[in-house]
Amino acid sequence: MQVDPRHRFDNFIVGSANRLAVAAARAVAESPGAVYNPLFIYSSSGLGKTHLMGAIGNHVVGRGENLDIEYVSLEDFVEQLSAAIASGEGERFKQRYQRVDVLLIDDMQFLTGRRETQTELLRLLNAMQGSGRQIVMSSDRPPAEIADVDERLITRLSGGLIVDIGPPDFETRIAIMRAKCEERGVRFWPGVVEELGRLEFRNVRELQGALNRLIAFQTLGGEQIKPEDVLTVLGDLPEAKRAAAHGTPGAPAPNEFQSFLSDIATAVAQHVESWKARVAEAIAYWTGEGYRTAQLERLLDETAPPANWESLLRGFGATVERLKALEQQATDVDGALGGNEVFRDPERLREAEILLDRALAGATPPPGPSAAFTRQGFEVSSSNQLAVRAADDIVAEPGKRYSPLFIHGPSGVGKTHLLNAIGNELVDGSGGATAVACISAQVFMDELIEALQDGTVDRWRARYRSADALLIDDVQFVAGKERTQDELFHVFNALHAEGKQLVFCSDRPPRDLDGLEDRLRSRFEGGLVVEMQSPDRALREKLYARYLAATDHEPGPELLSYLAERPATSVREIIGTVNRLVAAADVAGAPLTLAVARAELDPESSAAARPSTPVAVRAAADTFFLDDEKVVWEWTDASTRMVEELK
Amino acid sequence: MSLVNYATREITCKIVYYGPGRSGKTTNLHYIYGQVPEDRKGKMVSLATQTDRTLFFDFLPLDLGQISGFTTKFQLYTVPGQVYYQTTRKLVLQGADGVVFVADSQARQLQENIESLQDLHSNLAEQGIEARSVPLVLQYNKQDLPRDLILTPAELNDALNFRAVPEFGADALHGPGVFETLRSISELVLKRLSAPVR
Repeated sequence: MQVDPRHRFDNFIVGSANRLAVAAARAVAESPGAVYNPLFIYSSSGLGKTHLMGAIGNHVVGRGENLDIEYVSLEDFVEQLSAAIASGEGERFKQRYQRVDVLLIDDMQFLTGRRETQTELLRLLNAMQGSGRQIVMSSDRPPAEIADVDERLITRLSGGLIVDIGPPDFETRIAIMRAKCEERGVRFWPGVVEELGRLEFRNVRELQGALNRLIAFQTLGGEQIKPEDVLTVLGDLPEAKRAAAHGTPGAPAPNEFQSFLSDIATAVAQHVESWKARVAEAIAYWTGEGYRTAQLERLLDETAPPANWESLLRGFGATVERLKALEQQATDVDGALGGNEVFRDPERLREAEILLDRALAGATPPPGPSAAFTRQGFEVSSSNQLAVRAADDIVAEPGKRYSPLFIHGPSGVGKTHLLNAIGNELVDGSGGATAVACISAQVFMDELIEALQDGTVDRWRARYRSADALLIDDVQFVAGKERTQDELFHVFNALHAEGKQLVFCSDRPPRDLDGLEDRLRSRFEGGLVVEMQSPDRALREKLYARYLAATDHEPGPELLSYLAERPATSVREIIGTVNRLVAAADVAGAPLTLAVARAELDPESSAAARPSTPVAVRAAADTFFLDDEKVVWEWTDASTRMVEELK
Repeated sequence: MSLVNYATREITCKIVYYGPGRSGKTTNLHYIYGQVPEDRKGKMVSLATQTDRTLFFDFLPLDLGQISGFTTKFQLYTVPGQVYYQTTRKLVLQGADGVVFVADSQARQLQENIESLQDLHSNLAEQGIEARSVPLVLQYNKQDLPRDLILTPAELNDALNFRAVPEFGADALHGPGVFETLRSISELVLKRLSAPVR
């Protein structure tokens, strides 16, 4: 038989009447077999013997020493014994019990007259005590008063420690009732519990019955019971009731129906499966409060109590509290949202959160993509085509293919352009319905700081969480910014969980971002990480053609080829070069030709017009060393140079 | 019959007042009805003959409201006591969760009490119900009559209460014993909530 897990020391109220018993039980539980063996606890019914035995068992289990604990009522013990003997397995029965480390036997008073059991028990006690294993027994009377028991067994039972538990005193009664009220989540008018505590109950069970009745009365009547009502409510308890049971008709009590009703309430409370009753009670309560309880109603279909029903109930309450808070917030923003039914259904918590987010976001949507950066205006070549293809896939199916998309590459290669282009395409693709947040990490952080100052972080957060896509540029800026990373992490998770599209740009891959928390790094890497490289020749040609065409200078193929051959690390550099050339051509008042370009970009080589001329090494640090133009192919008077250098 | 329905959060108790003709079954119901506050009063259905004898049956629905989150309803029925309404008695007895046997305490009615009790058992047996499994209480009504006309509860116990079920002396006309009886049978019935379904 299992020890009831609810029977623990921490929920056993200790008072003067049971202090000794509890102390002994604790000592035994701490070191089974070492002290007070056997421990014999006796008290009249309903004072906590079984609870205390259970507490010993649970405490021993909790110590994790893997001891074999057996809790059995004497009736069960007898039954097992006779069954074992009947099936010829008496020996196995004996062996089984001899292996037990802690034996807890309840209701020893039923030993009366059971000779065979007594003999078996005596043998068992001898064996267990001999090997230092713990026995705890309980009874409603001391061993000597259990009638018709073998003298030798009585001396064994009395050989350890015999403790009794008396009826609880006033303070203990109050403490017990307060604990019960807390357990049931009931609040009484001050003084009610004390009033009830003043009544003399013979045991805790009766006390609980009376308390149940008060609880029922309060729930039924819908009114708080006052201390002066206690006696009225309990009017026919216990004397009146006992008198009635004897069948002598007395004068009918006033308000018989009310008292009948409260008796029924007590009986129902006692007999209805308590967990279902609790669930049903919760359903009735929350339904009364206007919340949907389908989640709890499904629990009632279970035949056995689900292991976590209590936490489910608590969870339900917590969800309702959350809904209340959400509703309050939402009403603050938009009065029309008060009473919206999503705030009344715990199963729609997510919807409620979204509704609130929308409400909060309604006023100021997060910054969107810049319209200047279009997908059409983005030139593709092998140096960036992977990123562009990913971008196009995203636009086709936002959130489905690569989320997050992490684009990295050196400065000026078009990441920002591509990012904004994605944003614009997403907006256009949905006819403007998609809310795209497109922002640089720097601005993201500045906004956060501002929100922190104004105490509007919730609202700020909601703006981003309500976005359908979040595109963040220069995400390398969050490195080392813990709070920003924290917020980004949560926004990321919230959006990602809903299948929203996320795109990040950075000047280096996630693994090279020092100061980035691993949780973010792993999330960034969990999508698609693509690199955009410096423009290759083909792209350079396209870009020069495009940017020059945008000026009044139509470039000839020679000029284009010349320019495309020149290395450029970024699009920005190309734009810079174009501007320089256009300015030079304007100054010269001549059209932009190859000669003009050469004169501007390579004055020395154009002046010498001889590629074999020694070339001053003026290569910029950022140019690629294998570039033809930067390599000195012919060294003149190498010998003198060598001597000079040696000197 | 399922007594407690967790899904709809309803507890429904059917209690049948059984006993010989004129023993006071309907009087019990009338007294209870009189005690029910106005707002809880259902409609008491009484099909009585011109001579105020129950022709078919009485039915008193008691709506006890929400108890521990359950809508609790008691249905109190009486059977017609006269021997010739056998079929009606069987019908009313169907699905009873508990039975109150109202005995007439008058000495001259003893035989009728015994016959009616036997009738109850045979009717239950006919429905395949083990009489012992049905919650039962006895009420010795009309204890207010002069001593020389009636038997004491102890004497009636000897004659009728061979199952040692709870018994109550009563004066159903004026109230004593009526609610005690109802309370007792209700508690017996409700006790079965926690017991496995038969």
